[in-house]
Amino acid sequence: MKDAGHLFRFAGLFVVAFLVFLVVRGYVVPKTFGQYGHYRGAAIGEIAQHPVKFAGHQTCEGCHSDIADTKTKGAHAHVNCEACHGALYQNLPAPPPPKGNLYERFVALIVPPPPPAPPILLHADDPATVTPVKPDTLVLCARCHTASAAKPKGFPQVDPTQHMGGVPCETCHNPHSPAIGSDTSASPAAGGAK
Amino acid sequence: MNISRRHMLILLPAAAVAWKYVEAGEPEASPNYQMSEHWWGMLINIPKCIGCGNCVRACQTENDVPDGNFRTWVERYHVTDTEMTTPEVISPDGGKEGFPVAQEDAGKYFFVPKMCNHCADSPCTQVCPVGATFVSPDGVVLIDQTYCLGCGYCVQACPYGCRYLHPTKHVADKCTLCYHRITKGLTTACCEACPTGARQLADLKNPNDPIHEFLKTHPVEVLKPQMATGAKAYYYGLDGSVR
Amino acid sequence: MNGVVGFMYPNEYALQWSILIVLYPFITGLVAGAFILASLERVFRVEAVKPTYRLALLTALAFLLDAPLPLQLHLGHPERSPEMYFTPHATSAMAMFGYVYLWYLMAVLVFEIWLDYRREIVILSQQSKGLLRVIYKIMTLGSSNISERALHIDDKVGWIVTLIGIPSAFMLHGYVGFIFGSIKANPWWSSPLMPVVFIFSAMVSGVAAVMLIYMATTKLRKLAIDMRCVDTIAMYMFYIFIIDFSLEMLDLIHRIYEADESFRSLDFMVHTKLFFSQIVLQIILGTLVPLTLLFITQVWKNNLTATVRKRIYVICGSLIMISVFAMRWNVVIGGQLFSKSFLGYTTYKMELVTREGLLAAVGLCVLPLLFLWVLVKLLPPWPEKGLHQAAAGD
Repeated sequence: MKDAGHLFRFAGLFVVAFLVFLVVRGYVVPKTFGQYGHYRGAAIGEIAQHPVKFAGHQTCEGCHSDIADTKTKGAHAHVNCEACHGALYQNLPAPPPPKGNLYERFVALIVPPPPPAPPILLHADDPATVTPVKPDTLVLCARCHTASAAKPKGFPQVDPTQHMGGVPCETCHNPHSPAIGSDTSASPAAGGAK
Repeated sequence: MNISRRHMLILLPAAAVAWKYVEAGEPEASPNYQMSEHWWGMLINIPKCIGCGNCVRACQTENDVPDGNFRTWVERYHVTDTEMTTPEVISPDGGKEGFPVAQEDAGKYFFVPKMCNHCADSPCTQVCPVGATFVSPDGVVLIDQTYCLGCGYCVQACPYGCRYLHPTKHVADKCTLCYHRITKGLTTACCEACPTGARQLADLKNPNDPIHEFLKTHPVEVLKPQMATGAKAYYYGLDGSVR
Repeated sequence: MNGVVGFMYPNEYALQWSILIVLYPFITGLVAGAFILASLERVFRVEAVKPTYRLALLTALAFLLDAPLPLQLHLGHPERSPEMYFTPHATSAMAMFGYVYLWYLMAVLVFEIWLDYRREIVILSQQSKGLLRVIYKIMTLGSSNISERALHIDDKVGWIVTLIGIPSAFMLHGYVGFIFGSIKANPWWSSPLMPVVFIFSAMVSGVAAVMLIYMATTKLRKLAIDMRCVDTIAMYMFYIFIIDFSLEMLDLIHRIYEADESFRSLDFMVHTKLFFSQIVLQIILGTLVPLTLLFITQVWKNNLTATVRKRIYVICGSLIMISVFAMRWNVVIGGQLFSKSFLGYTTYKMELVTREGLLAAVGLCVLPLLFLWVLVKLLPPWPEKGLHQAAAGD
């Protein structure tokens, strides 16, 4: 037994290392790890906090009910507001990044941290400050309605060069209800542009 | 005047109620959302897709997707009748700016919007060495970007090419099914921006969701069913040539 | 998009795993192979390879210390890698790395080397001066018991450790193969043969590496190479290589005959982008040539002079190293060159001076040799004159 003493010293190293590991592990593993599964449960809530940029058509319709009424009667009834107008948001000035501890600053030298996401202000939050830009119909409408053999056959399509010769689309079509001559009572079949 | 109308609105639908919690910075505390009551998926209606790229742009705006990577993208297939197994596929810049005009010829054309399938038995979460990516209790495959090592193993394991390493964050990145939106009663940015309704967010645990009626009455398929990933992006009108 | 032919999913243009991930299985393979060679003497009592026993152990340790470095350099957040120990994901092959690595490093290699060298360490801790003395003192763990009985116990325990070490070496490298073999999304990788092929090619490359290092160090020390030793090593190398090659060909033939949905894509790749590294380097130059040469030395052993045999062994050893490196390259890089849509291909553009570039890779290949140099200085693997006299006079 005396002659195997050095082996116990080596084994002792293992035991000490294992104990240190257990203590450190207790400190560094995030509190919510394992809450729902093998991951940090709090991550779900953090992802859910990302800023929303598309307010959703329900929000738009709250104020712009007149346009919503026009739209429901036309062929664009199911085209949501932000499909054409885009997400009406504005980035606010980013807050200064929090100052890390010594370890974090050392790590930042090797792996630079991403800049923090700036807060968002939506048109719905402050209609006066965040103002939408009217889309150019020549570009906007062509994106969907330019004729191509690849598009579904029933979808209204035109050749933009022949169809209007540079005249903006809204001259003849109301984008919110595109059938010609029927600003508010367009036929639901919506063949107007064909 | 507008402001007060907006406040009226905010108090009404579920979408806006959670808004307060976003502004307070604690949406997980929202009383309206219970993870156990949802099981999210997506319905993609191929015959409705016109390849405008609205979804790709909306996704990039909503989620700050870096240029050159895609959480969602659109592919255009061109299949001639004798060459089923070798379709000609393009996806210029993920279809972000639409597609070049195609001329009538012997083949057929169609668009296939792609995104994370939010697999129930997801091979990407299986291989993560540290538990930085996971299927949430409501069926969304998410990444904990404060925990991810950036090893890239999940990118290799995804059969659909839906993951990438973020060029500046150096962690894996992918579609979150707009988790920050759907937990507030909103739909995803791609669904919100799709002009033809080719994409529909589906809550498979909600008995009133129209997805159930659709699945009951239409033939649907998932991508690469042979991979047995439990994909929850259901495709209607999916051609056999689609990979 | 330059370098892309056909259609790739848009997130697939850039490769995720670079040359560093090629190095990693190559280096762990050398560890496993070197250890297997050491165990030949210890467990299977192949006395002929005794001159390489300690050198093989030190080589294994030197490469094992190097093995996690390419991974660390590759990670987007290396500072988070301890998470692999704190919250290992049970379903991930990669998560096992941390534990298998530590087990292998500490419980097998370091322990076995310590047991084997204990007598020398104790003597050196009494003889050396200054910093070295402190280092040796620490290495004794405060026990200077080198009585006959203590050494006898060390020998017995060492034998058991080696016995445990063999399956551990297989595990260390088998799981590296499993990392690739278990990815069902990638038909180039997904194969149950992958871990087996990795283990056998690891053994060949590790044995070849130790043989080359033995020949080089003996030459540098201006001593005669033990021909019985290298002949035996070459024999084992030959037989293991035959098994390795057969398994790889079995995999290849199976793929060609089954010709599943991915076949056309993979076949095209092997004929174009991988033609040089797979057909020319790995199979023809790296496998068929050394197998033929080794075959000649086995059959006409007595007709060849020692000098000719030595030259053949050096050539074969070097070609085998190239072949196994090419095999790792073809697996890791090749598996990312084609689209998972099977409709297109991309190109790997190796960077030069970036964190994952060629220079880093070269540095990581040289580093284990430096480790080995330090280890050899610290723990001489061959009988030192001075030490022996001292031991005799003890």
